[in-house]
Amino acid sequence: MNISEIFETMSYGPAPEQSDYVHDWLKSHSKGFKLYIGGKWVKSKSSDAFIESHNPATGEYLAKFSVAGADDVDRAVKAAAKAFPEWSALAGHERAKYLYTLARLIQKTSRFMSVLETLDNGKPIRESRDIDIPLVARHFYYHAGWAQLMDQELPDQEPLGVVGQVIPWNFPLLMMAWKIAPAIAAGNCVVLKPAEYTSLTALYFAELCEEAGLPPGVVNIVTGKGDTGAHIVNHPDIAKIAFTGSTGVGRYIREATAGSGKKLTLELGGKSPYIVFEDADIDGAVEGLVDAIWFNQGQVCCAGSRLLVEEGIADRLIEKVKVRLNKFRVGDPLDKTIDMGAIVDPIQLERITTLVNKGADEGAEVWQPDVDCPTTGCFYPPTLITNVTPSNIVVREEIFGPVLTVMTFRTLQEAADLANNTRFGLASSVWSENINRALEIAAMIKAGVVWVNSTNQFDAACGFGGYRESGFGREGGKEGMYEYLKPIGEWQSQDGNLVESPKANDRSSHKHIDRTAKNYVGGKQARPDGGNTRVVLTHDGKVAGRVGDGNRKDIRNAVEAAFKNPGWSSATAHNRAQVIYYIAENLSYRENEVVAQLVSLTGVSKKAAKAEFDMSVSRLFSYAAWADKYDGMVHTPPVKNVALAVHEPIGIMGIVCPDVMPLLSFISLVAPAIAMGNRTVVIPSERYPLLATDFYQILETSDVPAGVINIVTGDREILTEVLAKHDQLEAIWYHGSAEGSRMVEKESAANLKRTWVNDGHSRDWMSAHGEGRRFLREATQVKNIWLPYGD
Amino acid sequence: MSETKEILINSYPRVEGCDFQASWVDEIRINKSAVDRRISSLGGRRTVKKQWQAAWLLKAISCIDLTTLSGDDTPGRVKRLCAKARNPVRPDILEALGFENMKLTTGAVCVYHEMVETAVAALKGSGIPVAAVSTGFPAGLAPLETRLAEIRASVAAGAEEIDIVISRRYVLTGDWRTLYDEVRAYREACGEAHMKSILATGQLGSITKVAKASMVCMMAGADFIKTSTGMEGVNATLPVSLVMIRMIREFYAKTGQKVGYKPAGGISTAKLALQYLMLIKEELGDEWLSPHMFRFGASSLLGDIERQLEHFVTGRYSAANRHSMG
Repeated sequence: MNISEIFETMSYGPAPEQSDYVHDWLKSHSKGFKLYIGGKWVKSKSSDAFIESHNPATGEYLAKFSVAGADDVDRAVKAAAKAFPEWSALAGHERAKYLYTLARLIQKTSRFMSVLETLDNGKPIRESRDIDIPLVARHFYYHAGWAQLMDQELPDQEPLGVVGQVIPWNFPLLMMAWKIAPAIAAGNCVVLKPAEYTSLTALYFAELCEEAGLPPGVVNIVTGKGDTGAHIVNHPDIAKIAFTGSTGVGRYIREATAGSGKKLTLELGGKSPYIVFEDADIDGAVEGLVDAIWFNQGQVCCAGSRLLVEEGIADRLIEKVKVRLNKFRVGDPLDKTIDMGAIVDPIQLERITTLVNKGADEGAEVWQPDVDCPTTGCFYPPTLITNVTPSNIVVREEIFGPVLTVMTFRTLQEAADLANNTRFGLASSVWSENINRALEIAAMIKAGVVWVNSTNQFDAACGFGGYRESGFGREGGKEGMYEYLKPIGEWQSQDGNLVESPKANDRSSHKHIDRTAKNYVGGKQARPDGGNTRVVLTHDGKVAGRVGDGNRKDIRNAVEAAFKNPGWSSATAHNRAQVIYYIAENLSYRENEVVAQLVSLTGVSKKAAKAEFDMSVSRLFSYAAWADKYDGMVHTPPVKNVALAVHEPIGIMGIVCPDVMPLLSFISLVAPAIAMGNRTVVIPSERYPLLATDFYQILETSDVPAGVINIVTGDREILTEVLAKHDQLEAIWYHGSAEGSRMVEKESAANLKRTWVNDGHSRDWMSAHGEGRRFLREATQVKNIWLPYGD
Repeated sequence: MSETKEILINSYPRVEGCDFQASWVDEIRINKSAVDRRISSLGGRRTVKKQWQAAWLLKAISCIDLTTLSGDDTPGRVKRLCAKARNPVRPDILEALGFENMKLTTGAVCVYHEMVETAVAALKGSGIPVAAVSTGFPAGLAPLETRLAEIRASVAAGAEEIDIVISRRYVLTGDWRTLYDEVRAYREACGEAHMKSILATGQLGSITKVAKASMVCMMAGADFIKTSTGMEGVNATLPVSLVMIRMIREFYAKTGQKVGYKPAGGISTAKLALQYLMLIKEELGDEWLSPHMFRFGASSLLGDIERQLEHFVTGRYSAANRHSMG
């Protein structure tokens, strides 16, 4: 086209990003990439095969890399374990210098990395250049800061050891940064497996690690397919697994690591709502959608894939979306004038196509703009789907493609209900010019992120992660650091947590008047469903009383009671504090009785019982105090924005208590949970349940609302299994046996409950490990509400 | 009258405007941060290179209101500017671009009333319209009768375009009806001349006020809405432009009437001019990429574009003194 013609048509021309120098680098590795283990490039022990990497936009061959087998993963874990003692013992400042060097190297090679990422993944060069790589550098900078400050800010924490990390293909470098930076900042050493479609930038990063002089073994990169990931997940010497990927694989990892003592963070799928109220800046919301669902071809775990629009403006909004999409440019990801690039792989393209077709079969109306879409390579046009309800497959399933579904709502409540009508809970967007409305619904949405009048905003300072089946744990922020640390000396030995019942030696009750302890459900004493009771013996084998022998229906009823009484979770912190103080007050009145009960049941001295009692009252005071002090944070990411990191209760929690110190451990577990606004179903000590059943009389007189604390006595393991298998329950704390811990983690995989188990270890309830932030962190989840501002 | 003038007026009938609709003002919602994000990402989403860039820069020249608005303007200065408007780019460069027969001129020449006659005479036969800033430009605080009289005088002197300034106080106090009446009165005074309505966006306090003022001016029959006088602390910006052209789009959707857009002040580089053109293309469409619908109010922009064009032709970076002064 000549200049005069272009002058008339004002068309766009090609604007390719230069890539020859990246191809030169790939050619220099034409024999195939080896594995990066212990600071060296080593051949795979297990396999001579290579995996090929192709440019999804063109099908062009890029490079080949090795397949790590079990032996290779083992070698990498050993290298990491060898590096760990020295790396973790380095002064924070020394580790900070390495992270800073990596951050600077990333910046210095940013264009190279952007081009390589785009070649390998198919995302537009604009995104890898303007979004991914700057965030990668930012992540290393930010975590250089945590390495520097760790001694001051996290003094009671220590690194875990060897961390295994498995990352997805949608943001290869960014996910790698999210994994590696906090892990090594905290003093861990990592074995990371990049995704098989997109391993090249991680391999380039390994070269940067060499250039940075990172000690051998601190970062190990092992390439391969799912098997390689499984070897990492199952390796016994790995202390923690961090995974980002599909919910299905996340579930597998939860099951596979159950009982292993491995710490786990899972950042999984999503079906995030994008809510537009009638008072929104509609043009802004339309452009936001482009960034929500057509960012990275929709292959984004937190993509705003479900548009929920207030009915009155739906037609207008949809029309505007169509106008916008008709200006879309889909094509060569290396072209600087495109909106959307290539789908990562033909398999993914096939999945998108199949799901959209199924949706259409179920009655969905599928609209695609009349724009040029390359006919070769892996491309799928931006797609808008209307005439769907929550039952349609395209609304239910994560498509992981550039596909938006549209539904309408009438009221704010209905918007929230539709938003939450999903198993996922990763992210959400809310568009309204009314800050009252926006913050109201932000509080109602069950998701780890709420972007007000914006979407897909990320920053290293703001923890990212999901609610529900979108996984658990956070990446970024201080909360992200805790995922790579553990409290020093938290757990004691395997002994002393549970107490065997003595042999009964006297059938007669030592009490004067018969007391029958029942379950405590929905604020009322409830007879056990099965109609049976269990004998509770004193320390010397006398009958101390009977408690209900709860069964699965009692647990069901207790969870139901907790579910039906959500008010506690939205009560003010001051209100919760008052109730907990009141419990303490009422407990203190009954000192003599409770101390006597402790002595009689557990056989401890009166002095020891008194100490446990006093500590119990003190602990209640502690959590009454904490109720209005475990505040969230206000982050100031490097955009005109504040991000409110709110600590929200998890919801309904199951709490399984140990036998040791039956009063104190019961209170130490229940009090932080309710202080943070959770409703609980508690299985008290199997051996000493009477302390808990006596306690409900105190609850009855302490203004504790119905359903906040429900107590079911009986066989700990049987009841725990029912709890773990209950999908309404969102978290479970278990202080029982090692085998019970395994079961809890395994059975929690189905709905990806947050679990906190003791692996059979005991805890010193009288010490600093018996209370504090550790408990509060487990009792809350962080929701980041991003509030951009400007007028 | 020259040929182009007739085309300008006859083919592009004046925007009629419509009755004042309070609800069209009240319903406006603008989210500033969303506006800023659109602008910050647009530069990465679109670019033009090589001959596309050259062609787009030539388009930018055709849309320039070559402007001098200075207290020391004289007939000599204005004549020189008009000569530049007729021949904005060195002929050898145009030839190298294959553009020598395209009769490239700037979109208009923009002056104060006292310079209108000089400019009209200097541009005779070129087809380039003369635009006069008016209504007590730049503050707009002369008596209403004076302001109206100024419009009539400039039109009588041959100005085909009148750049009026709105009374910012009506915007700041939310007195939309009075603003409407004022602009409507200016429009009547313009007769057949086209009216550009200057909002002085840098003085309106918020981006939502800019949007509302845009809507009111269009209802009142502005042919163009224009950002700035060039005298405010902040003049044309891309975010403000996005908001104003979205209002143009909205007004078109409501009435079927197409209003033009003129960012003015602070646009002095070829790169920035291209960003404006891309913004217009993306948000309004190709139809607005013409001097009938889009103008740059600029004085030094042309010089930078000339240098860029020479660079495209020769591969060598150019110097200012190689191009004739305006």
